[in-house]
Amino acid sequence: MTTETLIWLIPLPPILAFFLIVLFTNRNKALSHSVAIGAALLSFLGAMYVFFFRALTAPELGKEPFTSAINWIPTGDTWLKIGVLVDPLSAVTLFFVAWTVLMIFLYSVGYHNFGQPAGDHDHPGLPPHGATDEHGHHVPSVEPMYSRFFAFISLFAFGMLVLVLSDNLLTLFVGWEIMGLCSYLLIGFWYAKPSARAAAVKAFMTTRIGDVFMLLGIAFLYSATGTLSFREIFTENVLRTLAIIPSGVFGLSAAGLIGLLLFIGTIGKSAQFPLHVWLPDAMEGPTPVSAMIHAATMVSAGVYMVIRVFPLLSLDPRTMTFVAFIGAFTALFAATIAVAQNDIKRVLAYSTISQLGYMIAALGSGAYVAAAFHLVTHAFFKALLFLGSGSVIHGMEHGVLHTGNHDVDPQNMFSMGGLRSKMPITFWTFLIGGLALSGFPVLTAGFWSKDEILASTFNGHMGVFITLAIAAFLTAFYTMRQITLTFLGEPRTKEARHAQETPWTMTAPLVVLSFFAVTFGWVGIPEHFPVLGGLVPNWFHEFVGGTLADPSTALRAGLPEAAPFNVIPLLTSLAVALGGLFFGWLAYRNVGSVAQDRLQIPLLKNKYYFDEIYDFLFIKPAIWFSETFVYQWMDKGLIDGILHSFGKATQAVGATVRKYIDLWFINQTVGDGTAHVTQWAGRRLRPIQSGRIQQYMLVSLFVLLVAASLIYFVALGQPALALK
Amino acid sequence: MIPLSWYLILSAALFSIGLFGVLSRKNAVAILLGVELMLNAVNINLVSFWRYGDVSMMAGQVFAIIVFAVAAAEVAVGLALVISVYRRLDTVIADEIDMMKW
Repeated sequence: MTTETLIWLIPLPPILAFFLIVLFTNRNKALSHSVAIGAALLSFLGAMYVFFFRALTAPELGKEPFTSAINWIPTGDTWLKIGVLVDPLSAVTLFFVAWTVLMIFLYSVGYHNFGQPAGDHDHPGLPPHGATDEHGHHVPSVEPMYSRFFAFISLFAFGMLVLVLSDNLLTLFVGWEIMGLCSYLLIGFWYAKPSARAAAVKAFMTTRIGDVFMLLGIAFLYSATGTLSFREIFTENVLRTLAIIPSGVFGLSAAGLIGLLLFIGTIGKSAQFPLHVWLPDAMEGPTPVSAMIHAATMVSAGVYMVIRVFPLLSLDPRTMTFVAFIGAFTALFAATIAVAQNDIKRVLAYSTISQLGYMIAALGSGAYVAAAFHLVTHAFFKALLFLGSGSVIHGMEHGVLHTGNHDVDPQNMFSMGGLRSKMPITFWTFLIGGLALSGFPVLTAGFWSKDEILASTFNGHMGVFITLAIAAFLTAFYTMRQITLTFLGEPRTKEARHAQETPWTMTAPLVVLSFFAVTFGWVGIPEHFPVLGGLVPNWFHEFVGGTLADPSTALRAGLPEAAPFNVIPLLTSLAVALGGLFFGWLAYRNVGSVAQDRLQIPLLKNKYYFDEIYDFLFIKPAIWFSETFVYQWMDKGLIDGILHSFGKATQAVGATVRKYIDLWFINQTVGDGTAHVTQWAGRRLRPIQSGRIQQYMLVSLFVLLVAASLIYFVALGQPALALK
Repeated sequence: MIPLSWYLILSAALFSIGLFGVLSRKNAVAILLGVELMLNAVNINLVSFWRYGDVSMMAGQVFAIIVFAVAAAEVAVGLALVISVYRRLDTVIADEIDMMKW
């Protein structure tokens, strides 16, 4: 089998699994998860084979990527193509997507309590409430819609693989939209909860805003170049032309406007300011979904797309400035909110927004490789953190079932504490993930990627650098706050005292992901780093940097070489990470309740009132527009008014016709008249019906004689008898 | 040979007597008798025209026989009706049988 054929086959198992589960195996929970995990495993094996044995061994993958395309939709003389492309960027993305997806699939088995009895009063569409076993113990109960979940995440995985492997913007967009649909379905997985429904709609609508702009960008790009294939667009001639054509909007060049429109798609998908509002609410979904959406797939897809179209984006400095600004602002802004959140998953959600802002800011500063590096490391440690938080919640739910006190929120960090001894595996893996997120020096992957971003922005993007440094400090701070509140100290509630370690299906993925959260950073150690630099080659930079080696040197101008070593960003990076961790521990080591937390500032707690502002600015007017203007005025007033007047006019015509034609002419004159005449004639003729037989006969005889005479004398005209 | 007109005159006379009987007699049985007379007058007519026409054409005789048969049936039905009416109304006077009157 050629490499290209194998690449074609990689996305297929999950979609087949989706149809298999939906159509055939959805009644059998064990079969359903076997199909889904088996499919994920097949894709995983294919991806690993392509990554290790084909992509890594290819001499110049950047110049000669694996690519294959077939005609798909005819457009006049040309064709829209569907095709696959594995270049260094998609190869590394494929690597981490395959790993995280497989781990998340495995984790879901334990998270949804496979093997536990069905709940006492569980209801499809609600989280399982727990069951009572034969000994009278309260134990967790299996998710009622277990198979459905695996069907959805399989489809989700398909969408991501399509997106990563596609060689053109159109199929990328298809994968993008499949994921949009799946995120809607999965966030609203527990659809009987009103909050989950609202969150699903919010996520769908918010990302839709970005998608519309992205589609506009794709359409503009197609009309300008006549192709959507990456390899055809990113040639010197096409890019030069795009950079010269004016777009007529804001004085941007065509490339600038297309880049901007595509970037707005990313703002929606990767939850950047101002479309970030959906992501924290997406925590309503089951935790594997949060990991799936926030780490491995959907939000990464946004950044992946921007990295993909980076050559286009980098043509217009104003677009780049905008991208850098949005990214840096989001990074800081989301980090400040995360500091004041009490829900363990919401902290991570804001942290995700913040880290994505990091990548976007790096891209806006031209640090293409650093962004890709952080994308990969972040995917690993954030998936780890989300799955770890799910494990914590699961352990807490166990405690809640044990005590029976359902008022305790198993997601609130202030109900936790001291979980390190109850859930050791979860604790250590979560600690690794948290340190990686904070950028704990040297050991963790997060340090290397974050350091590279800071180092790249230090040269020439001072504002971005400072913003990101502050954000990094806050990141370390809230991460340590989270770890301290959750795992350290003494249990704050009885439930936390009875928390329990989760089954192996949940902890095994944590261990695997924590391995990557540490080691993946070592593939990208800068060559000039003190002591460690040069011990291992900076493989990541060479490999992914090679993506844009082709086709032209003009592009390489926009692509930075590995940033020259400077001690200031390194020291900054060390200081903010260690300082944030230290202060986070210092401030929260003795905090016993919410009241003692001095950072519960209403402005931060309420996320700068963005939901309220959007409610006032967009939702209320939209409801007013649809309810009052469209429904009351336009529909009921104008349209219905016109229709009703038609109705009234028709009614008047009908009444007239009825009165003068139907009632008077037809009924009275023709109808009743006929009857009256008949009746009158009958009355007049009645006397001849005497009932006397002989009278009838006499009349008959008379009439006969008259008739005969008439016939004989008048009709035949013969005056006399003519006998023989 | 007796001329045809004699037969025809006899037949006409017989028919008129029958007709008169039918129209003037009160008794339903007598009316039936009148009807029989008229039918037989017709028979005379049919037979005489046969005899004075082409003898090989049997239609006149055949018609007469059919009239006999029909008359016999008719009398049977008529008398049955008269008996039935008599039982119901206790009369055979035609004028008094006026149940069909409006």
